[in-house]
Amino acid sequence: MTKIVADLDRCVGAGQCVLTDPEGFDQSEEDGTVVVLQDTPADDEALKRARGAVEICPSRALSLTE
Amino acid sequence: MTAPALQTTRRCPYAPPEQHTRIRDTDPGISQVTLPGGQVAWALSRLEHIRAMLTDPRFSSDRRNPNFPRFTRERPGRQPLLQTMIQLDPPEHGPARKAVVGEFTVRRMAGLRPRIQEIVDEQIDAMLAGPRPADLVQALSLPVPSLVICEQLGVPYHDHDFFQTRSATLLSRALTAQDRQQALTGLRDYLRDLIAKKAAEPTDDLLGRQLAQGNDPEDVLSLAFLLLFAGHETTANMISLGVVTLLERPEELAALREDPARTLPAIEELLRVYTIAEFANARVAVADVEIGGVTIRAGDPVLALSTAANHDPSAFDEADEIKLDRGARNHVAFGFGIHQCLGQNLARMELQIVFDTLFRRIPTLRLATPADKLRYKDDALIYGIHEVPVTWEESA
Repeated sequence: MTKIVADLDRCVGAGQCVLTDPEGFDQSEEDGTVVVLQDTPADDEALKRARGAVEICPSRALSLTE
Repeated sequence: MTAPALQTTRRCPYAPPEQHTRIRDTDPGISQVTLPGGQVAWALSRLEHIRAMLTDPRFSSDRRNPNFPRFTRERPGRQPLLQTMIQLDPPEHGPARKAVVGEFTVRRMAGLRPRIQEIVDEQIDAMLAGPRPADLVQALSLPVPSLVICEQLGVPYHDHDFFQTRSATLLSRALTAQDRQQALTGLRDYLRDLIAKKAAEPTDDLLGRQLAQGNDPEDVLSLAFLLLFAGHETTANMISLGVVTLLERPEELAALREDPARTLPAIEELLRVYTIAEFANARVAVADVEIGGVTIRAGDPVLALSTAANHDPSAFDEADEIKLDRGARNHVAFGFGIHQCLGQNLARMELQIVFDTLFRRIPTLRLATPADKLRYKDDALIYGIHEVPVTWEESA
């Protein structure tokens, strides 16, 4: 099962994951860091969006694990 | 062999300098160039190399390093008058960014939408009530981002001439060390007074909230300077370049008018094509690093030829074509890595509201000077256009 992992220490709150996949990601009110809303993509479409978010993340805070 | 001088003049407004594409298209895509002050720097030109460099902690953003790339003839290794977060490496950078990033989340930006819409409508009302042709730069491009950032920070807009002229001075390539010092000192003193007033009488705005959170007033001053400076010329120039591009493409503009969902992808493409902050992604190596088979040594200055990278054919199909529906967001127009533009989502929203509103409200808008006769900013560190005369039919 593919899982989305977020490294909050690396995250700089650019919000690019939220723009890419608003259903999968949000940002914390306090410091803007990523909040993973769905840590296991439900289908291929969700997985594709998650991959897009990982690719676009400027601080490399997001990754996918099997 | 001496490294050739860095070229900064574009072939056309959206085509990178010929030197940059030649470096990119010749293996290994990395070459040495000489900067105006005489420094020899590595120039990276491929998207993959630049993204790797900008996410590698062995490349530093610290301007106090005497080898940091300089685009003007100023002296190296000076203690900067204002040390902002873009000049900090980890571990100092993270806390500085996290102290403010909550003010720039996607949700916070969406909350600003109604007020930005009002500002845009008021500026268009004023332009329509004034003489034709009007200069779009003064009527819309500059005042919109200026008003927005002033309100967000809590800086009185009636002072905007003061900091706008100083921001523009700091972006000139012809800047002398003395001009720079004067502009910086003026801005610093202005902001220091403003922050002292806010410390004495708390205000509910970004700067006031930073003070209320207990942040050091000198750190709030650096932040104020960075946001004010970065919030002005950048979005303003993208508005001007975008309007000119869209007016030159009436069929595509008609498609945008019919379907506003096309506006955001179009903005992304305009950002990619123009890459207005083309040299902002400069760094200095603090360890030996290999990129693309080239060893960059500790202490070497490194430039990113960002426009060439955003036109890299290995990253974008038909990279030199403007395809407004391309939908690619992996460009480096806002940088990449931990310093990626804090205000990027604000910029996107401002551009979206401006384009949608302007072309809806003034369907007869047209250039009063042909696009190829406009004065483009090959003389400034942020690319753009000096004036954009526009006109429209009376009934608009």
